[in-house]
Amino acid sequence: MVLAAPVTVPYVRYSIRAAHWWLARAFSELLKASNLKKEEIDGLTVSSFTLAPDTAIGLTQHLGLSPRWLDHIPLGGASGVVALRRAARAVQAGDAQVVACIAGDTNHVDSFRLTLANFSQFARDAVYPYGAGGPNASFAFLTAYYMQKHGATREDFGKLCVAQRANALRFDGALFKKPLTLEEYLAARPIAEPLHLFDCVMPCAGAEAFLVMSEERAGRLKLPYVRLLGTIERHNAFASDPVQMRAGWALERDELYQQAGAGPQDMDFVETYDDYPVISLMQLEDLGFCAKGEGPAFVRNHSFTWDGSFPLNTSGGQLSVGQAGAAGGFLGLVEAIRQLSGQAAGRAVRNAKLGLVSGFGMINYDRGLGSGAAILQKSE
Amino acid sequence: MTFLKRKNPILRTRLPTLPPAARSRVALGLTAAAALGRFELQQCRECGMVQYPPREACQSCLSVNLIWKVQKPDGELLAQTVLHHSNDLFFRERLPWRLGLVKLDCGPTVVAHLHAAVEQRVRVRAMLDRAGQAVIAALPSKESSAMADDRQLREFTCDPKQRKVLVTDGKTGLGQALVKALAKAGADIVWVGHTEPWKKFPGFDELKNLPQVTLLPLDLTDSKNVREAAAEIAGKVDILVNNAEYHRSFGIGNRQGVETARAEMDVNYFGLLRLAQEFGPAMRSRGADGKASAVAWVNLLSIYAHANFPPHGTFSASKAAAHSLAQCLRAEMRPAGVRVVNVFPGPIDDEWNQLLPPPKLAPDTLARGILGALRDGVEDVYPGDVAQEWLARWRDNPKALERELSA
Repeated sequence: MVLAAPVTVPYVRYSIRAAHWWLARAFSELLKASNLKKEEIDGLTVSSFTLAPDTAIGLTQHLGLSPRWLDHIPLGGASGVVALRRAARAVQAGDAQVVACIAGDTNHVDSFRLTLANFSQFARDAVYPYGAGGPNASFAFLTAYYMQKHGATREDFGKLCVAQRANALRFDGALFKKPLTLEEYLAARPIAEPLHLFDCVMPCAGAEAFLVMSEERAGRLKLPYVRLLGTIERHNAFASDPVQMRAGWALERDELYQQAGAGPQDMDFVETYDDYPVISLMQLEDLGFCAKGEGPAFVRNHSFTWDGSFPLNTSGGQLSVGQAGAAGGFLGLVEAIRQLSGQAAGRAVRNAKLGLVSGFGMINYDRGLGSGAAILQKSE
Repeated sequence: MTFLKRKNPILRTRLPTLPPAARSRVALGLTAAAALGRFELQQCRECGMVQYPPREACQSCLSVNLIWKVQKPDGELLAQTVLHHSNDLFFRERLPWRLGLVKLDCGPTVVAHLHAAVEQRVRVRAMLDRAGQAVIAALPSKESSAMADDRQLREFTCDPKQRKVLVTDGKTGLGQALVKALAKAGADIVWVGHTEPWKKFPGFDELKNLPQVTLLPLDLTDSKNVREAAAEIAGKVDILVNNAEYHRSFGIGNRQGVETARAEMDVNYFGLLRLAQEFGPAMRSRGADGKASAVAWVNLLSIYAHANFPPHGTFSASKAAAHSLAQCLRAEMRPAGVRVVNVFPGPIDDEWNQLLPPPKLAPDTLARGILGALRDGVEDVYPGDVAQEWLARWRDNPKALERELSA
């Protein structure tokens, strides 16, 4: 199975359009990138927070599509990896030949607050009435706990944010265009201690998309593509941990590397889900790049820029590109396709052959529930 | 005495906002317990699992046989944060705001409002917030008298300290006990209503000599008088305690005519209605008026409001009517964040309960119970053994209680 046609619909901070507009743009960009006709894409997955009251099925009529295979994947930051997994199985089983995986959200001036207030039953009952801080408050707890347990400092998190900003300066789609220094990071205003401004993603509107098909089909279409070597997902893992310091990757990573026939040391770059930097550290630990609790030492030993010792979130990640709702869960995958198919001009990781993408989503109550990962390979 | 700095009266009074009030129905179990001052969590009847947030099924064995049960409130503070940003108006106006993540000894991890003086071990309490919904607050594991002064905690409680209070009847034993307790609790001003200003009642001088007390002619059966009193002070009252009541014994058969029942209704039901119409709007407008805003309205009801006690049958009926009206008042005051506290005592040890056998509730004990409810953020108060027993019987089987009371 292969992935092709990486699409980003340029993000904006606020949009007066509906989610349907963003998803329509993503789909039409896929057609442009692949030279396929609408009818030739016979499978579709849709991920969006702001599409309500519609779901994937409503979108088919909205956009005049008639897929023979359809899935709605409302898994937030895990949507990208999970959509890829569903699509790859559908193609493998012959249910569809070409699947469009699209994700997009709009962002009106007040839509983020409304999304937070009704994000989940547990959030409405047991989190939102407590200061209505949204995910900032939940991740503040995790960050504070991680700092006290594993000795991470603000400088450690800052190093990731500063490196990602350097990467973003070489990605046209990033909303943040100003260089960021560690001094500026440290001097930023507090949001939910210990989180400060640059630790938090900025909600915005945008869309991401890619196609999944067989290698043979991609070859016939003469599309640059990347291979899917392995992929895992696991949800609500370690439910009895009193506070989240690990997630599903820790249970499934051996399976992932076995499928791929490669180990963490073989990865040329990594795209983590980075709505807050502490979550990147958790993923690096759980996926075996360093031992649990050694995230801070790992950060101090690497540089994380696209041309550095451990290229991470090479397009800037959500922290520097912006978080376009569910599209945030696609950002890393779309960037990994670009990196491995010669479409990451200006920030291409040298000789990159293998990349790991990880997804993490849905702060239902006190932790993120969904986790997934995929290993992609350059095609030659 | 220290006074809170009050708002400059020339400036606009801020309109009240409420914290987020939406809850799923199953989550209202926490509110039901918090209204009585209890900390209850959902527990599985099959496997004993204690869980939070509330669910429709047991997360361990999937049984739907769940009950709300009192839990030990002790736990450990895992992590804390201070919010400097909020997406909600209520909190935005009150930043910075402290929150904690607490691992309870009974199992679940809870997000809680965090008292400023907590250490690693905490004690949680389910409290009603300004929206009238239950939230969990983590407090220091050892109580102290300064604990109530916490800025965040005061957003949930109605502590009379530094507030202005109206007690509608100073003549009764309960009225006098209340006034003294309020003065002792640090109330700035206590207006004390009395129906017959030309008569000195027993204890009049003692009350009058308290520096906080101002006597106020107030007759709840006189609409004009209530309106005049409201015109004078309604815009300043932070806590209104309506303890005025008219109480005679007997049910239907032992008395001729409706005059006594009408007099009971005139004070107990229409009196509350007159007060609510005249004082309610002013208090609603002051729900967010600086640090000492309007916070609470206390109604002296009776345990007989839930089930008629035939030997005091017409009195019971008037209290049932008052209870129903108090629920209406509660709904109308809620948008302003002003809490309506309903007090359901058993028989008070006063002249009108002379023939009832003990235990009877001493006015001092009842006054303490009411102040405790204000401090703890409780909205339904059942002070004393008799009320507690009746509450338990009523919750268990209302029909059985009806038969027991008429025996």
